[in-house]
Amino acid sequence: MASVHRLGEPVVVVDGVEKSFGATPVLRHVSMAVRRGETVCIIGPSGSGKSTLLRCVNALTPIDKGSIVVAGREVHDPALDKLALRRDVGIVFQQYNLFPHRTALQNVMMAPLHVLKQDKAEVEARARRLLDKVGLSAKLAAYPGELSGGQQQRVAIARSLAMGPKVMLFDEVTAALDPETKKEVLVTIRDLAAEGMTCILVTHEMGFAREVADHVYFTDGGVIVEDGAPAELFAAPREPRTKAFLEQVL
Amino acid sequence: MKGAATDLPVLRPFRAPPVAATGWSPVALASAGAGATLAILFAGSLAFAQAAGGAREPAYVAVMRWTPLIVQGFLFNLSISVLSMALGTAVGAMFGLGQLSQGAATRRLSWAATQFFRNAPWLVLLFYAMFLLPFEMRVAGVTISFPAWAKAVVGLALPVAANVSEIVRGGVRSIPLAQWESAESLAFTRRQTLWMIILPQAVKRMTPPWMNLYAILTMATTLISVVGIQDGLTITRAALVAESRPELMMPMYLLLLLLFFAYCYPIARATLALERRFHVKG
Repeated sequence: MASVHRLGEPVVVVDGVEKSFGATPVLRHVSMAVRRGETVCIIGPSGSGKSTLLRCVNALTPIDKGSIVVAGREVHDPALDKLALRRDVGIVFQQYNLFPHRTALQNVMMAPLHVLKQDKAEVEARARRLLDKVGLSAKLAAYPGELSGGQQQRVAIARSLAMGPKVMLFDEVTAALDPETKKEVLVTIRDLAAEGMTCILVTHEMGFAREVADHVYFTDGGVIVEDGAPAELFAAPREPRTKAFLEQVL
Repeated sequence: MKGAATDLPVLRPFRAPPVAATGWSPVALASAGAGATLAILFAGSLAFAQAAGGAREPAYVAVMRWTPLIVQGFLFNLSISVLSMALGTAVGAMFGLGQLSQGAATRRLSWAATQFFRNAPWLVLLFYAMFLLPFEMRVAGVTISFPAWAKAVVGLALPVAANVSEIVRGGVRSIPLAQWESAESLAFTRRQTLWMIILPQAVKRMTPPWMNLYAILTMATTLISVVGIQDGLTITRAALVAESRPELMMPMYLLLLLLFFAYCYPIARATLALERRFHVKG
């Protein structure tokens, strides 16, 4: 059922990807394409391979078969320049994973400073701007342990953005948050999508997916069961499996 | 900074109140008790020696005469402990990082060295160092001599290095894998991740076991008296031989014990305090 869009300029192209952990297949012939500026949501039950797919796009997990091309770069080429790939692809995790021994500002500044070797004054100005953008200009000197989950997650988003990525991956970033702080984070992501950032989200927030996504993929058992515009997929799912899932969560 | 932002107590970072704000904490009481017991034993044994000595010179005069020498010997033990710890930590940190290396040869070699020296008796290692190291070495025309104390430092540093190696490996392993992954996704190299992200967090967790190891090493420095070095224990024994008054044995050895206790106990207390602090902070 999975279709590859031919519209516009694709930034991420996943083609026939297979991945198993031991004898358990987690991705079975998965294909998708994400165009520049598009916001794509991947929904589906737990254990359907959604997070694994994101990690494969970032080369954190190797694939068994198929190909993933990000910004013209084959991700699973052994000769891949991983630094260049990771500059282009930012990822935000469910558990924030900030560096606890550094302040919010330092967390955002570290990678551009030490990985990209950029000028300190310029990096600091950008980090302040990004933290301001995610609504945390009052928390520059706070350590992660002193911030709420939602605040930590927004620092994590700013930290990824500081590398100037072309694509942002969000791996269930609100799953560990309470409803109120969830909203702060979702608003941040929505603003980001509205500004034209290419975003791929794995999420359980159906309302958010419906409102913000340009395209939604429903996965189950490592397969893309169905995909389409959110209005169609949520209102009139074609596949019985999709229908059953949506009836359960909506 | 946080106080200015909010006055709500729930939003301020949690600080545990001091344990013994008013009275003595149980730990402080226990330590005072242990110290007092040693002191009372010392006084008691002195009184006993006094009584048993009869018409001879008072026991406390004899003990006091030897005290400066015994303290000097004890200070020698401390110097050895500091040097062994420094050497052991430097070598052990290298082995520990080697155990975490991605190169299979480095990893296996570091692992083997760590296991070998960790599972060997300290005294046997000390004997090996004493008798295998030459007393002097010629390197490019320059003669470097190895006095006995230097060999002892090397001998004691071997098991220390093996234990430090395990402390370093354990400390690094205790940092969640997600930290490595998060750094990897930001394009940090493995080396950068280790030095800038993992080790700064891990060192905090390594400090208590490292201090504990130092206290153990300090007490183990008396082993060097077995290989004929004039340390605190050797001097105490020599003093007893010179006095040839068996009733002085108790107070003299207790004096040496008190010196070690006074030095090592505060280290143990500080270790506990650090462990508790890091535990709260995670």
